[in-house]
Amino acid sequence: MNRIELTRISFIKNALKSRYPQLAVFIVVLAGYIFAILAGLVGSPVGSHNFSIVFVWIAWWAVLILVAVPFFGRGWCAVCPIPLPGEWLQRGGVLSPPHKKPNWLNLRWPKFLRNIWLQNISFLLLALFSSVLLTTPNITGIVLAAMLFAAIGLSTVFERRAFCRYLCPVGGFIGLYSQTAPIELRIKDKQVCVTCDGKPCYNGSQAGYGCPWDVFPGGLTKNTYCGLCMECIRTCPHDNIAINLRPFSTDLAKPSTRMDEAFKAFIMLGSAMIYAGVLLGPWGAFKDAAYNVGTSAWFIYAVIFLAIIFVILPGLFALGILKSKNTLPLKQRFASLATALIPLGLMFWVAFSLSFVLTNASYIIAALSDPLGIGWNLFGTANAIWQPMLTTILAPAQTLSLVGGLIWSARTAQKAANETRTSSISVIAFSFILTLVMLWLLL
Amino acid sequence: MAGLVVAFAPLPVQPVALQERIFRIEAGQFAYSPSELKVNPGDTVNIQLVSTDVVHGLYVDGYDISIEADPGQTKTLSFVANKPGSFRFRCNVTCGAMHPFMIGKITVGSNNWLYRSIGLAILAVIGFFPLSSFTIERKKKEERIGV
Repeated sequence: MNRIELTRISFIKNALKSRYPQLAVFIVVLAGYIFAILAGLVGSPVGSHNFSIVFVWIAWWAVLILVAVPFFGRGWCAVCPIPLPGEWLQRGGVLSPPHKKPNWLNLRWPKFLRNIWLQNISFLLLALFSSVLLTTPNITGIVLAAMLFAAIGLSTVFERRAFCRYLCPVGGFIGLYSQTAPIELRIKDKQVCVTCDGKPCYNGSQAGYGCPWDVFPGGLTKNTYCGLCMECIRTCPHDNIAINLRPFSTDLAKPSTRMDEAFKAFIMLGSAMIYAGVLLGPWGAFKDAAYNVGTSAWFIYAVIFLAIIFVILPGLFALGILKSKNTLPLKQRFASLATALIPLGLMFWVAFSLSFVLTNASYIIAALSDPLGIGWNLFGTANAIWQPMLTTILAPAQTLSLVGGLIWSARTAQKAANETRTSSISVIAFSFILTLVMLWLLL
Repeated sequence: MAGLVVAFAPLPVQPVALQERIFRIEAGQFAYSPSELKVNPGDTVNIQLVSTDVVHGLYVDGYDISIEADPGQTKTLSFVANKPGSFRFRCNVTCGAMHPFMIGKITVGSNNWLYRSIGLAILAVIGFFPLSSFTIERKKKEERIGV
């Protein structure tokens, strides 16, 4: 398969090997993150006039789901500020290479939790409260702060970036969808890794830290758990690590057999559909139920939300593949064929986000001038009028995303079916039906 | 090619008598009632917006027109529905937490773009089904001859 090694370009390689460009981005993003927490806690309670809502759930979300994830995979994780304070504390330094054993407890993450089930749960927890989270600045501030403190806490107890790898609600789906991205970090020559003394990419050296994501780069076959932190590029003494451009969804050619990853695909797919109906649909009763946390209507909403994700969607999917003649256990077929739902889910999210982001993007202009919503006018744009953007191209763009996602999913289903020696027809039919539902919800 | 035909081919338009349509819409946090309107292309639409709690607005996507109504007041938005299709209408006055999601829907004529999109999705899967069957048959054949 054709790949272009980007790290052959000396400018890119030097920029990635040096810690300073990354640190510069980290400082800017961390400052923005802390400001978002403060704005959420002390700024205007009106979401559309508060930096925390406008810049996190409109600007950042647009960049993440429309650009970063589809084209750069875990590119956001490479500059995410959440693990930084904990990591600096854990290492006892910001830039200096390790000269002693890490500080604090430095425990291994428990073996039975080495999967993404906790990330599935943490995402669902946020998803169930999303109507409040997306619209209430102080809740957004509290959640952002909680994630920062959780990352710090875990860094003092466990080794490496335990929060990113096992708990982050965002990192779970970024990892899943990063398999579709046309970029990867891989080794150049496996034999070099086999004979390498000390494996500094994993264990660290004077040149840098061992992989913060607890991944041995020599064994990388997919993007899911590589956070693109670039540490291994710095530590490899043999210049054996490359950043490659590659065709889209290369990792999906070898389907996963893990149930935690399969259910992540269902969680994301189901959430996109539910949000499209509840948040963007014309049904006020659904919005009331989703927003009024703690009421009986909200409990019914939560039960339906979870039933769609854990019972209805996986149940229909399993029914479809149940009758196909195959020697593989159903569980393995289920997990492998669910790979086809990864591109479908990503494109569902793109279609949903296009509507949400284009409608509300004009709030960014006003919030730039008055980020706390307290009457400032820093750049003279505080009174910018709300105006939906590009409404004429919205529907065609959503169709393109959804039908494109269906084609992408069907192609992936065929590859996964080939691997498991079964039929892809039921998976394609499943994807087709969900696409029709999504088209009806959004158009 | 078939995809382009499904997406862009002109559809026959059934002539219908133009009407003056009046809708009374109650706006309250964070929903419109009724929230779905259907009119024929060319109809003159009069939307009487009544706010039942705080100040609400109504902005029609695609038509780029809007009104605002104070609590207890009725404001009327009149326009000729000369663009066919399905459009969201939404509150354009910050009215509370769920304001960005206070949304309704007006369909002018039939929602042709939805039907065209469904057509494109059908075309997409039709292209894959024979290929799927072929792949299975090929695999079975390979297994029979022990490849």
